[in-house]
Amino acid sequence: MQNNVHSKFCLNIAIALLLPLGIAAQQADQPAAKPNPHMESHIGDLTGHSEAGARLYYRYCWGCHGARGNGDGENAPYVTPQPRNFTQATFKCRSTPTGTLPLDSDLYNSLVRGFNFTNMPSWIALTAQERADLVAFIKTFSARWVTEKPGTPIPIPAEPKLTVESIKHGGELFQKLECWKCHGQEGRGDGPSAPTLTDSNDQPIRPYNFTTDNRSKCGRTNQDLYRIFMTGLDGTPMPSFADVVKPEDAWDLVHYLRTLQYNNPSPELTLWEGTPEGKTIVAAKKVENTNTGSGVKP
Amino acid sequence: MGLWCVRKVRNDLGRFGPTVVFCFSLALFLLTVSDAANAIPAFARKYGMPCSSCHEAWPKLSPFGQQFKDNGYQMGNDRDAPIFQSPAYWPVAFRITPNWHLENSQNTPVVAADGTPVVKSVTTQGFDYTGMDILTAGTLARNISFLLVPSSDETGAFHFESVNVRLDNLFNSSWFNIKMGKFELDNLLSEKRILTLSSNGGFYQNYHFQPYIAPGQPSSLYVFGLGDNQLGLEWMGHSKDDRTRLSVSLLSPTDGNPDFQSGVGGAAGNTYDVYIAGSRAFEAGSLGLQRVGGFAYFGHAPTFAKYSSTTDGTPIGGTGAGNEAYYRLGFIGMWYLHKLDVTTMYFYGHDNIYLGTGTPGDGTALPANAHAPSWNGALIETHYTFNPQMIFINRYELIRMSQQALSGNPSNTGNVDALTFGFRYYPFISSRAGFAFHNEYSIVWQRNININPTTLLPIGLTSSSVMFGFDFAF
Repeated sequence: MQNNVHSKFCLNIAIALLLPLGIAAQQADQPAAKPNPHMESHIGDLTGHSEAGARLYYRYCWGCHGARGNGDGENAPYVTPQPRNFTQATFKCRSTPTGTLPLDSDLYNSLVRGFNFTNMPSWIALTAQERADLVAFIKTFSARWVTEKPGTPIPIPAEPKLTVESIKHGGELFQKLECWKCHGQEGRGDGPSAPTLTDSNDQPIRPYNFTTDNRSKCGRTNQDLYRIFMTGLDGTPMPSFADVVKPEDAWDLVHYLRTLQYNNPSPELTLWEGTPEGKTIVAAKKVENTNTGSGVKP
Repeated sequence: MGLWCVRKVRNDLGRFGPTVVFCFSLALFLLTVSDAANAIPAFARKYGMPCSSCHEAWPKLSPFGQQFKDNGYQMGNDRDAPIFQSPAYWPVAFRITPNWHLENSQNTPVVAADGTPVVKSVTTQGFDYTGMDILTAGTLARNISFLLVPSSDETGAFHFESVNVRLDNLFNSSWFNIKMGKFELDNLLSEKRILTLSSNGGFYQNYHFQPYIAPGQPSSLYVFGLGDNQLGLEWMGHSKDDRTRLSVSLLSPTDGNPDFQSGVGGAAGNTYDVYIAGSRAFEAGSLGLQRVGGFAYFGHAPTFAKYSSTTDGTPIGGTGAGNEAYYRLGFIGMWYLHKLDVTTMYFYGHDNIYLGTGTPGDGTALPANAHAPSWNGALIETHYTFNPQMIFINRYELIRMSQQALSGNPSNTGNVDALTFGFRYYPFISSRAGFAFHNEYSIVWQRNININPTTLLPIGLTSSSVMFGFDFAF
């Protein structure tokens, strides 16, 4: 009896010791996943085909993104921020949670919109089919599109009514979440951490300056702003706040951020300037009557 | 043909004066205009994009390049204003084409070495080079763009091919863009971005056709080309995606010449011309972007000089009188079938009876049986873009007179058929410079435009070009 128990114990130990080796050996025999050269994209009724997208890519895109899609095109050394490396399949603008692949429509919308403050223009002049084809081809550069599926889009609840209290609460969150450390107290992208920030390629990256424009990289609507800090911008220091910010708080933050864009009229700015406190704060930020005509807003 | 005329007939300004003047004018036009195409590596350097982004095959624009141009040479991101560029960046590019070409003209009236007027076939050939374009363009500030093109003929004599400033996206709308200066008309089929360069194929026949008064008598009172850059003010508007485009131009009737002089060196009339163009593009699945449009030019030309200089008798600019009207209308379609694209164009032209018969409107009687000439034209141009490095080109144009200026003219006097084909190979595509092996053959048939000096009967002229060139821009 004791021998049986002993034998079973020894057998279990042996299995426990050898099993990982067997699995490792099995894994070593399996080839690593490779990118699929034949991909499709699906955006609404459109189906994009990578074969057609390849022709477009090697007409329009390779100069920056490189022949292999790894962002080392002949012009890449002169471009800041550097062109996207498609082999990593890491994308800033997504509707999906941080760390996950974007939807095809996210990539498609990026092509439509372009990226302000970068060398990436809007490709709205292309046909919808051509943009869908390009999305399909971009997916051929990374095996992630073979081994993973895109994430589930984060829900965006209806925007609550805009109030002064909402703006003020958003301002409190801006301090509490330490947004100012990167974006600066006035949202100029000049916070104390700004000079130290780098992206996933160890390249310097500048936080968004809310005062220059109302177009962020990932869109200009309030929904876009909400989505940005709930999904984060993968590959950059901008994290996802989905786990730390409640939806209603996120909307308050959106309302507050709009008041930082004091050169771009918005309902939030109008409401904020209608209060004595807001009027004073906004007026203090503006530099007027400079007569430079440079088009660069101070 | 033009080069041949310059070389072989330049001393025969007597009996064959009209033909010589016509050929000389054509040669001058070809040398100064046909190479003034806009393919601007300075843009590629500024934005770091390969030529193939904006050009299907340079200098022909892609829809993306057309939108870039319509947006005031701007991508729409923060890299447009020069303040964001390196101070060392200079928006200048050069283009010129060393080449070998052969020109043949058949049925050409010439004077033989013994002084005898004869009709001969004349062929010339050799190495040559074109004029040079200095292409400077870009933005002065956000939404203020410019284009300046000093252009030389092959002797190095310069003129200004383009001089304009454009206020873009006024009122933050893509529908309000104002341009003033000398600029190319808003032609969908751009002659400044033509893919063929030879003496016979380097321009669009329909854009420059003017009817003959009679065999041996080319139009004499004015010069106008729809492909010529014009002086004036243009409003242009387009949808954000450039699918819809509209423009209206108010132009001085000078065919782009300065100092209020008309194209034939006389005084331009104190009037203004109007050009209207519009088009709409639509998507056709995987075939590509299709576009249809129309255009109309309503012009005036003086028929005599009201005032002349007391010193040398030259007409005083802008004081031409007896203005008479002419107009050009057309419809165009640009059809894409994957790698194959076809441009089709219908063209209609009409000249006032005084312009058509070369009669001054100062009370001079019209010739007997005079009419206002009119004509129809058509063009079909096909490109097969094998890839961004290789494009095959084919074009056929025809012009048919529907009403001769004089009843006694043969009904086909001035009719034109023109065929051009060739290919361009780009050994590399980069964001720094452009280079193409250019290969082209072109032949033009013109009916009854000359008089046989022996028989005194109308004869046609057939001229052809073969051209190989190294077309480069940097």
